[in-house]
Parts: sequence; structure tokens; C-alpha cells
Amino acid sequence: MTTMTDPPKDSFRLGMLIYDTRYRSLTIQVVALIAFMLLAAWLISNTAQNLAALGKPINFGFLSGPAQYDINQTLIPYDNQDSHLRASVVGLLNTLLVAVLGCVLATVVGVLVGVLRLSRNWLVGRIMTVYVEMFRNVPVLLWIVFAMAILIESLPAPRDFRGDTPQASMLFADSVALTNRGFYIPKPVFDRSLGGNPEAPAPEAAPVSPAPPTGVVGMTGGSSRIATGGGSAAPGAAAPGQAPQGQSGAAPTGAQPASSALDWLVILGVFGGSLLGARAIGRWADRKQEATGLRPRTIWVQLAVVFVPVIMVLMALGVRLERPELTGFNFDGGIHMRNSLIALWLALSFYTAAFIAEIVRGGILAISKGQTEAAAALGLRPNRIMSLVILPQALRVIIPPLISQYLNLTKNSSLAIAVGYMDITGTLGGITMNQTGRELECVLLLMLCYLVISLLISVVMNWYNNRVKLVER
Amino acid sequence: MSGTHAHTAAYVRDTMLPEQAPPATSVGVLGWMRANLFSNWFNAILTLLSVAFIYQVLAAILPWVFQSSWTANSLNECRAQIDAAYGPHAEGACWAVIRERYLQLIFGFYPSELYWRPILAFALTLAALGPVLFTALPRKMLWLSVAAPFLVPWLLWGGSAWVPVAVALGFVLGYVAFRVVASVAGALLGAIAAGLVPVLWWLLLASGWAGLMQSVLPLGIEAVDSRNFGGFMLSITIGVVAIACSLPIGVLLALGRQSNLLIIKAICTGFIELIRGVPLITLLFVASLLLNYFMPPGTDFDIILRVIIMVTLFASAYMAEVIRGGLAALPKGQYEAADALGLDYWKAQRLIIMPQALKISIPGIVSTFIGVFKDTTLVSIIGLLDPLGFSNSIRANAEWNGIVWELYGFIAFMFFVFCFSMSRYSMYLERKLQTEHR
Repeated sequence: MTTMTDPPKDSFRLGMLIYDTRYRSLTIQVVALIAFMLLAAWLISNTAQNLAALGKPINFGFLSGPAQYDINQTLIPYDNQDSHLRASVVGLLNTLLVAVLGCVLATVVGVLVGVLRLSRNWLVGRIMTVYVEMFRNVPVLLWIVFAMAILIESLPAPRDFRGDTPQASMLFADSVALTNRGFYIPKPVFDRSLGGNPEAPAPEAAPVSPAPPTGVVGMTGGSSRIATGGGSAAPGAAAPGQAPQGQSGAAPTGAQPASSALDWLVILGVFGGSLLGARAIGRWADRKQEATGLRPRTIWVQLAVVFVPVIMVLMALGVRLERPELTGFNFDGGIHMRNSLIALWLALSFYTAAFIAEIVRGGILAISKGQTEAAAALGLRPNRIMSLVILPQALRVIIPPLISQYLNLTKNSSLAIAVGYMDITGTLGGITMNQTGRELECVLLLMLCYLVISLLISVVMNWYNNRVKLVER
Repeated sequence: MSGTHAHTAAYVRDTMLPEQAPPATSVGVLGWMRANLFSNWFNAILTLLSVAFIYQVLAAILPWVFQSSWTANSLNECRAQIDAAYGPHAEGACWAVIRERYLQLIFGFYPSELYWRPILAFALTLAALGPVLFTALPRKMLWLSVAAPFLVPWLLWGGSAWVPVAVALGFVLGYVAFRVVASVAGALLGAIAAGLVPVLWWLLLASGWAGLMQSVLPLGIEAVDSRNFGGFMLSITIGVVAIACSLPIGVLLALGRQSNLLIIKAICTGFIELIRGVPLITLLFVASLLLNYFMPPGTDFDIILRVIIMVTLFASAYMAEVIRGGLAALPKGQYEAADALGLDYWKAQRLIIMPQALKISIPGIVSTFIGVFKDTTLVSIIGLLDPLGFSNSIRANAEWNGIVWELYGFIAFMFFVFCFSMSRYSMYLERKLQTEHR
């Protein structure tokens, strides 16, 4: 023991920066930081020089200028006199729309395929394997343009729905029309809308009324239905956008009933409140079960709490479904989902579903068979085994990669530009950029938008991961 | 026991019965069908539905595929031929467009008398990949793998043979610098010298040297402009370069993100999250519109090179995350054992950590490769003529205006072949490296 000496308290020498592990990491970091900052400074100074030479310093003022281009699929009111900023917001909402729709469909299809791929039925398993391999090994861009081509080439044109013996007919009691210009589906409108909607019906009502020649309207098969909307309207104006006028006496003249953002906010708010209420009832039932051992039967009360208020609000608002009608050479009214949206939605969903199917399959396979057997030995029934033992464990494996697939789907939705769907890449990164020539600003904003979406999803993912993490030693 | 029993029972069997054949419904085709297709009523319904579905799909596709025309010179001629051969209502594929244009779909506008160069380059790439992918091949072929990165671009773009030599010389100089400096001043300074010397050589001296050598001893092949690149050649070029470069960069980024040096970790994490948070298409916009802004005024380097750089960065970020997963999956004991053996950081990484981490992450690495290769189709959006971009220009041609399925089908088939074989290779590799007992 006595031979052991303290480390010499020597003075600091320059060489220790490299050879002493205590200082070496510091040295490396400082060098890396300096190199990084030099690189950044070099890039920025180059950019500044180049932009100065071109005479366009960085300036985001262009965003407030009028966009002067049309967007054919919008969630919020927009016309070509609105600013570039509003066009970008419309694009961002379109991105979110297709992302949400895509995630829902991809999850449904993916879970179904993943489970069926494990089926004991040999044929079903093989079909699902072929589906997965087919979609995973072909680029998503190809699937998108392929879906677009299928929609355009194989669906009937709107004029095929005309005449006494039409070549094509609408689905679901004449409420859904699948045409090669897109899908027309019914749209909920509110007779007693809260918004007073000075702007909402503009997209369909304003351009429609003068447009169709009277002779063509007379030929439409839908004219008998239009008559219920009030015979007072001139045939040329019998467009669905105006049909409700006769029906609802409550609607003030001039203001047309339609959906406004306020109505939807109210409905969503009520629905959210109902969900919380239902959850509170569930918690109450849990406490009761803990205390007495008996669980009160709450399912009907919960269902009532969730749905009755929403239905009441909908009735109070005077909700109706506005069906698309064939007028002239095209359909009017209802919601028009364009081909580009449908193609993008289907292609992204089925492409992502192939990956989700593999994730689901992996998750289920990851739970060892002993778990099922142990649960069965405890006397649980098969459906309880699935919901209490297998699923909670499998979900822990499935959810994180599932969310990263959602992220991929959202990022892949930027390929909308290939089929002309106006998402944020199409507006901000497409037409706005080409019109204004502000590449740097537009691309930076575009990246920022996607980055924010990604980071938000990552935050959710981390929160979930922390919640379900196994507590280890 | 049996003796007492014999008094009460009328008959006791004292020999074993011979084995009987299993029932006919549980062996052979019938048994297999019963077990796998009709095990219960639900499965039976599923089977029947599946058969109906398969029949529908095949009945729609097969006649179209086989009632086809291979010889026509335009879409109208094609339709006339199919009508003549299979009746007026026959729907058939017009494969003639593939026959007429397959060279363009593969090579783009590459001069047709020089097709041997991309073919040779492709063969060289395969030969270079061979010894890396399959250990059964002779190890001497690895020299080819070393030479290929310099030979292949030279074959594709052509030009003076001294340029690839100058580039390769940079690596040689770096190695020499490392040996010399490391023996004098230690490994760390050696590593810094090994990084600095080649960069200085490439930036300051290499082009002059190559020009000088070219004037002294002209040696070269005809140069081909980047804008003539197209079709699958372009996809494969971008894909292979991005794949090959992204693995080492990804390893470094993953190590950086795992390291306990705060600043390095922050830089790596920021880079990875930035790249992974944005879609590839925005990075391609950067490549096509912004990258020239970031360079010193007056530089104008090739669009394909810019795209390759951005795709490589993109792939590296994903690769880094995959490898980080592998690193995180290693038990902590492995790191501690490496420390206990007295290995320094790089030796521990090279000998203990990386071989295991890379093995764990093989499936992820290969699916990243596949993803990168598939994503090369995105370059058609910024106007490069990859197969998808080329199919649009073929459709714009008056003779083939209106043709859709044949082109998409052909492109999809080619991509499927490439990607599917990659995924099968990864399964083979996983099996081969499987060291656990099962």
C-alpha cells in the first residue's frame, strides 16, 4: 500500500490537451465546434454573396402578396386574390388532410393484412404475402401515378351518368358518384348554422347559378329531387347549393345554410366533452370494482353519454346531407374529392399498409407462445387472453414503429406534386416558389413545416414510449 | 395384476396391434387441404373467397398480358394488330413500346455507341460487390472492390483517365501521411494529418496535376455529359453511390450520437433529426435550387452530383438511426468487457462493438438500402430523366401518346426485381450470421 503514490500534481502542459484523456475530449469537442462554425460561416457567407449578386436578399415579405393562382381542393375558403401565406396554409391543411386520412386507412388495412398473413389458411397467407412484397418493393411514387392512372382510365366520365339508360350509376341510394374527375360524396350542411356563414357557400353557390344552360338541366335525372327544394327556383338556378332555401324557413334570405368552421368546432367540442364524461364513468366503475369486487354495467350509459349530446347538437343545427347532383356535364353539390386526392390517399395508404402489416405481424410473433398458454392455464377465455395478455404486450412492440410509419406517410404525402394535389409542397414549394422566385425562403419554410410536424409526432411517440416502458432494474 | 384380471375379463389382448395407416383425410393432398384450407367453416369461406379473388385478378390480367403485340411501331398500329389477332373487343398489352424503347428506359440518352461503358461499369460494380457480399468468392477479388469506386465513375462519365488516378492518389497520400505522422507524433495527430492532407491535395493540387499528366501523356475516353444520363442507369448510379457512401457516414453519425462528447453529440443529433424530419423531395429541391447558392460564387457543379450528395446525406441519417438501434441493443456488458480488455475506443468499436451491432441491424440496413433505391424515382420530380421521368417523355411522343400500363408495369417489374433480390439477400445474410442456438 505504501508503494502507491498520489498522481503527481504536475503543472499543466500543452501536450496534455492531446495525450491526457481528461483533456482530450475537451480538445476534440472544441476543435469540432470550431470546424462546424467555420463550415457554417463559409456556407452562410457564400449564400449571402450569391444572393447579393442576384439582387434578392432574404425577405419574407412576398408571403403577404396576392397569390394569383387557384387551388382546386381547399378546406378553408380561398380564392386567387388571397395571400401566398393563406395559399400555404391551405396547402398545409391539405397535407394534414391526406396524412390523417392515409394514416387511418393504412392502419385499418395494415392490421387486417398483418393478422391475415398469420392466418392458418395457407391461401390467405400467400395472398397477403404477395400483397406485402408487391407494395414494399415498388416505389411509392410509381404507386401514386399508377393509382391516378387507374382512376382516370377505369372510372366513368360524369356524362356517362346521364340519360335514361346511363352507362354508370351512383352508389348508396344515389348519394355517391365515382367518376374519372373524382369522387362526389354527400356533404353535411346545417340549416341553422351558427356561423351566419358569409363566406362558406361561396365555392359552390356563386359560380353555379349562372352556369348551366337550362336545356341541359331539364335533362338531368335529378330534376325531380331538386323539385323538393322548392319549385320557386328557376330551372337554371336549381343547383343544390341553393335548393335548401325553400326547405328551411329559418334561414334568412340571402344567407345560405352550409357548414361553417364554428359549427364543426362546436360539434367537436361537444364530442370531446362527451368522451371525457364517458371516461369519467369508466373510472367511477373502476373504483366501484376495486371497492366491492363487482363492476357495474356501464356500457349503455357510456354509449348514451358519447352519442346523445352530439346527436342533439346536430339536430339543433339542423343537419342535412346535401347530395351531389348531376347538372349539365358535371356533378354539383356535395363534397368533391378530386382524383388527385383519392389517388394519393389510396396509394399512400396501401403502400404504408404493407409496412404496417409487417410491423403488426412482427409484434404478434414477438409474444411468446408461453404467454398464451399461461393465460389459458389461468382460466381466461380466448378473447380475454387477446385483450388482457397478448395485445398490451404486442402493442408495446408495435406502436413505436407504427408511429414512424405515420411519419413516413406524412413525409411521402409531399409526392402529391406528382399528381397535382395541392399540398404544401405544391403551393409553397411549387407555384409560390416559381411565381416569386424566392427559392431559399420557400424551401426553408417548407422544411420548417415538415420538421415541426415530424417533431410533434416524435414528441407523441416519446411520451408513449415512456408511458409503456418496462420498468427495468 | 394381469393374472387376477384374467379371471374376470372375458378376453385380454396379449399382443400389440400392428400400426395402421393414417386416415386418408389426414395425409397427402387431401390432408394438407383439410389442415390448411378447410380446417373450419370460417377458413373454408376464406379459401373460397380467395380463390374467387385470384380468379378475378388473373382473368383480368393474364389475357391482357398475353394477347399482346410486340411488333407494332405505334399505339394505333398496336391496337389494330391486337384487334386483328384476338377479335375486336380484345384488350391487350402493347409490349411493342418496351421493345422499341427499352434501351432508352435503361440508358437514357447515353450515346448508343458507348453503351458498353455503362454495361462494363455495371458488371464491374457487381464484381466489386461480389466478394463483399459472398465470402465464398476468392479474396483477391477485393482488389477489384478497391478499384471499382474510381473506375466506375470514370467509365460512366469518361474524360481523362488521370482524374480518377488523382482522386485515388489522395487516399494514398492520406495513408502515407498517417503512417509518417503517426510514427513521429502519435495516432491522433496522424489521424488529423490523414484527414487534412487528402483534402488539401484534392482542393489545391489534384486538378492541376491531372491536367499536367493529361498534357504529358494523353489518356482518356470520350466524355459524356450528365444530362445524357437517364433511365435505370441513373437510378442505379444514384442508388449505388448513396448506398455505398451512406453506410460509413451512417456509422460515424451513429457513433457521434452515442458518444459522450456533448458538442459532437449535439451536432450529430441535430443533423440526423433535421434530415429525417423533412421529406426527400425538399432535399432534392435544395439540390436542384439551393446547393449552388451555398457554394462559392461561380461554382456550378453537376446536377447529378448535387442530387447524389443530397440523397447520400438523406440515406446516412436513416442509416445512422438503424445502426444506433443496433448499438443500443447490445448488452452493456460488451462495452464493459471491451474496456476491461484495455482496448481503446476505436479498437473496441472495430473489434467488439461494430461487428455485433452491424449484425443486429442487418435487416434495417438492407431495408434502408431498398428505401434509398426506391426513392431515386423522386428525381423525376426535379426534372431528371429516371425511368419514371422517361416514361412521361415517351408518352409525350405522338406515336405512343396514351400508353400507360405497359410502361408503369415494366418499371415496376424492374424495381421489384432489384428490391426483392436485395431483401432476399438480407435474409440469407441473417441466416448465415446466425450464431445463436435455436
